[in-house]
Amino acid sequence: MSITTTSTPRTGMLSRVLRSIAATCAVIGSAAAMEDGWANPVLDKFPTATVNTTGLATGDHWVTVGQLHSVTGTMAISETGSVEAERLAIKQINDMGGVLGRKIKIVQEDGASDWPTFAEKAKKLLIKDKVGTVFGCWTSASRKAVLPIFEKENGMLYYPTFYEGLEASKNVIYTGQEATQQILWGLDWAHKEKGAKTFFLIGSDYIWPRTSNKIARIHIEKKLQGCKVVGEEYYPLGHTNFNSLINKVKLAKPDVIYSVVVGGSNVAWYKQLKAAGITGASLEKDKRLLLTISTTEDEVRGIGGENVEGFFACMKYFQSLPNENNIKFVAAFNEMYKDKYSGKASIGDVTQAAYLGPWLWKATVEKAGSFDISKISAASGGIEYKEAPEGYVRIHDKNNHLWSKARLGKMRLDGQFDVIAESPELIEPNPYPEGYK
Amino acid sequence: MNSFYRSFLGGRSGTVGLVVLSLLLLVVLPLSIDAFRLNMMGKYLSLAFVAIALVMCWGYGGIMSLGQGLFWGLGGYCMAAFLKLEAAANIAKEAGTDQIQALTTVGIPDFMDWNQITELPWFWYPFKSFPLTLALMIVIPTVIAYIVGVAMFKRRVGGVYFAIITQALCWAMEILFVTRQGWTGGINGITDLRTLLGWDIRTPDAQMTIYFLTCIGIIGCILFGRWLLNTKFGRLLLAVRDMEDRVRFSGYDVANIKTMVFCIAAAMSSIGGAFFVLNVGFMSPKLVTIEPSIYMVIFCAVGGRMSLIGAVYGTLIVSFGRTFFSEEFPALWYFLMGSVFILVTMVFPEGLAGAVNRFGPPLWNKIARLWRKKPPAAPAEEVKP
Amino acid sequence: MTAKITLILLLAGLGYSWEEIKGIAIMQGFAGLNLFAIFLLMALGLSVIFGQMKVINMAHGEFMTMGAYTTVLLSWLCETHAPGLLTWYFPVAMVAAFFVAGAVGFLTEWAIIRHLYKRPLDTLLATWGLSMIFQEAFRQIAGARETSATMPEWLMGSFQPFEGVDIPINGVFLLSACLVLTGLVVANLYYTRTGLRVRATVLNRDMAGAVGINTTMTDRMTFALGCGIAGVAGCAFTTVGSISPSAGGLYIVDTFMVVVFGGAGSIVGTILAAFGIAQAQSVLEFFLSGVLAKVFVLGAVVVILMIRPQGLIASKIRK
Repeated sequence: MSITTTSTPRTGMLSRVLRSIAATCAVIGSAAAMEDGWANPVLDKFPTATVNTTGLATGDHWVTVGQLHSVTGTMAISETGSVEAERLAIKQINDMGGVLGRKIKIVQEDGASDWPTFAEKAKKLLIKDKVGTVFGCWTSASRKAVLPIFEKENGMLYYPTFYEGLEASKNVIYTGQEATQQILWGLDWAHKEKGAKTFFLIGSDYIWPRTSNKIARIHIEKKLQGCKVVGEEYYPLGHTNFNSLINKVKLAKPDVIYSVVVGGSNVAWYKQLKAAGITGASLEKDKRLLLTISTTEDEVRGIGGENVEGFFACMKYFQSLPNENNIKFVAAFNEMYKDKYSGKASIGDVTQAAYLGPWLWKATVEKAGSFDISKISAASGGIEYKEAPEGYVRIHDKNNHLWSKARLGKMRLDGQFDVIAESPELIEPNPYPEGYK
Repeated sequence: MNSFYRSFLGGRSGTVGLVVLSLLLLVVLPLSIDAFRLNMMGKYLSLAFVAIALVMCWGYGGIMSLGQGLFWGLGGYCMAAFLKLEAAANIAKEAGTDQIQALTTVGIPDFMDWNQITELPWFWYPFKSFPLTLALMIVIPTVIAYIVGVAMFKRRVGGVYFAIITQALCWAMEILFVTRQGWTGGINGITDLRTLLGWDIRTPDAQMTIYFLTCIGIIGCILFGRWLLNTKFGRLLLAVRDMEDRVRFSGYDVANIKTMVFCIAAAMSSIGGAFFVLNVGFMSPKLVTIEPSIYMVIFCAVGGRMSLIGAVYGTLIVSFGRTFFSEEFPALWYFLMGSVFILVTMVFPEGLAGAVNRFGPPLWNKIARLWRKKPPAAPAEEVKP
Repeated sequence: MTAKITLILLLAGLGYSWEEIKGIAIMQGFAGLNLFAIFLLMALGLSVIFGQMKVINMAHGEFMTMGAYTTVLLSWLCETHAPGLLTWYFPVAMVAAFFVAGAVGFLTEWAIIRHLYKRPLDTLLATWGLSMIFQEAFRQIAGARETSATMPEWLMGSFQPFEGVDIPINGVFLLSACLVLTGLVVANLYYTRTGLRVRATVLNRDMAGAVGINTTMTDRMTFALGCGIAGVAGCAFTTVGSISPSAGGLYIVDTFMVVVFGGAGSIVGTILAAFGIAQAQSVLEFFLSGVLAKVFVLGAVVVILMIRPQGLIASKIRK
């Protein structure tokens, strides 16, 4: 059963229900049409009996994949972009003729921002629906909840979020950055280009910010000459009063405010910073800066550009990247969701990483010449994707993460970022960094 | 035998209800649904322990605890701690994998290693032993419930105040568990649990066995509840709920009675938490927060706050409804669920069980009468009038 | 006060200049006041509903969210239709939030609450259901994303009374809104005929009815008033935080803690509790970490409630 993607603003309940019923019928209908109307041109070369030896839901003309994100609940805000990007990629792949001549059918499940639900739905997708791969998860907790299931049932998961590392499963392709890829280069930049010496680390209280700050602290204290950490603070997820923290920051006067605040807290944090007189301009006057690894275009939309103007973010992708692939990607995204965003979609780092998932899977399947999970898993190392919006990417031979660049963006009033620096080389993913423990 | 029949099974209607429930859980469901859905049922049933506990504590005792998730979670965390230590010990044996190379200290849970803890904290040691784990699973929640109970009930705190204080306790525990992530796994919880005393709990056979164990646990809890509520203690409990002062003036210590039932409810909830971990394979602080605790009260209210069996049906129906609607119409689910809460409290304060008791017997009589009146060749009769 | 003196001494020991210490002490003191204003705004409406009527309104947070969304809607209307009004729409939004939330509260009382006065614990379940419906309605109408209202220029930024001290303007606004609202509620409850009726109904419903007070209407208006105050609070919160469909749930436990800690039925108790909890949390946040501050404050409140279950100020009503 398929569910239509997330809610559109300002539509009635009834119409939504009707639409989802219609969409369900449409998907069933189109699946039937695919079987009849779509002839697989390479069926002789890739007969189903050889490309699918493990009983996946894959026929002569179609292949089923799963999509597992939160469509409801608190995380729906963040995961919507990923759902949309994956759908865009799958649609483009289908328009190009599918994978091994088979068109992709999506089974979407809702994790409902609840980790046990994620586990339950992952089991359903792998055991009942027998999908060829799953694109999904967003938070670390949801990934940790489904990981044992993917390993036990031997499924494939393409995970889009930048995260804390400390993991490399043969059943997961990590299309976002692990911690060192995102953190180290950004800190070096702040030190070399801006002459920063003191850092104040701030985070929401869970594993990703804590691990990120741990890596940042070790890097600052051991690798950067004469630098030190002058404070490290955590607040519960969803916390909305940051005045005490802001006073502490004022007292410590760090050169860099290093922020790993996530979710709803973000809005309160930046609004209160501004109210306390800490803005991009005021920091720049004192040759200081705020550097974040958790705020993308997606979040800025909710925070409001006027509250974050002049702050810096270290990501691998920004919507404003001027390369040709990205311009095409942004245009296609806006075209596909023009009813929803009227051409003004905000595309963040994770959304782009989610877009890579289906393309990397396609390339891997074509290299392996099979949909079998074990073969895909074995063939993943070294897979390249040259047309990625962020530029050339490649899956690491050993740890299933992507080689990717790091970039620095400066936030603008309109919610976009000016890309002001870029790492010269692709950075090697290193989920188990030696010397950062 | 007769007293067993009356006090454990609750007379004729109680026996019928229990037999129907047992048949449904032990025969009908395993035969009619596949392994995946059955595992989901097991997960729901582990929540039914709390619903049963709430029937005793809230329905009969009049004590509404909005923090029952706290005790449920403690049971879950105890079981998860034991399973995690076993998994950690086993990982040490599977040499050569990437995961082991990445760990600095082999033999302690992986999340501790990620948080630079190199030695097992002292309070984790008891969880190396299975009997000790089982004992702590009961003892820890009971002791906490006892402390809370004594402190509150001796001072005659009850009703709304008690509900809100238990809610705050639940919240405080969640924040603590999230923030001490080196000890508890933080917001990710304790994941990747594999074996119980060397028995792989992830295989379909094991899942089936665990499901049956959960069912037996539920039926055991119902029997225990029936017995307890039929003793003098049970009658006192009802009296306390309805007219606390009169019981006090009769010379009973009301606080003790309330504390006692609260402790029993805590222990029962804790067992449910442990079964949940076995069914699902991980534990997370998300399950211990306020929202699940309120859901547990809802299960109980939907099933009927005075019916031990009703609580099980309430849990199954609400949970299954949640899964079903979230698969088909995620948006509709919240509207529907919200309306059910309002409707149940306003129209059916006795829940499903109340409705069955009210409409069941007349309906049954009617059917029985029709059955008796009508011989198999019925059509002829219908033509007459 | 002692806390602040210790703060000053401690910081002096760490080698900061006197000017800096003074600045931080003032700003930190203001942060505490700010938090106090937030707590009091949240709790005031609930204090009226829970304290006076013994109804546990779990949808209280959603009434706040409703006020916040009203503000967002108005700011959006101003932006698209009359950008000139953007400077002064905010006071209008506050009034609008009061009436929108109040009207919905009025209907809620009529449809649900009045049937449950005899069963206070059941109001909890019913209003929890109501909060689910509201949340989903917000999600359907406004979308799941976080939104924020466009703030008029005069509400943003900070002013410097002297060198090194930044006082956030939205904080000052919040504090004054809170004081004015509290003043109005107290005045209404203790110095008007309506307030007299409310208090009479609370003390003895039957007797109040016998002397000719329309208790049904009094209940309805009290509930509507409480919800309206929640709406204003929600509107005021848009200056410091964000709005999302599920934001209400974040506030609800804090709110109940404040009201219960203060002693149900006592507005003064609520004010004292809000002040105490806010100061404790703000000072602890400064010296410890944010997370531990929260746990300590929750723990302390629970312990104090165990020792003094009736709250700070006991109501003198016989049960």
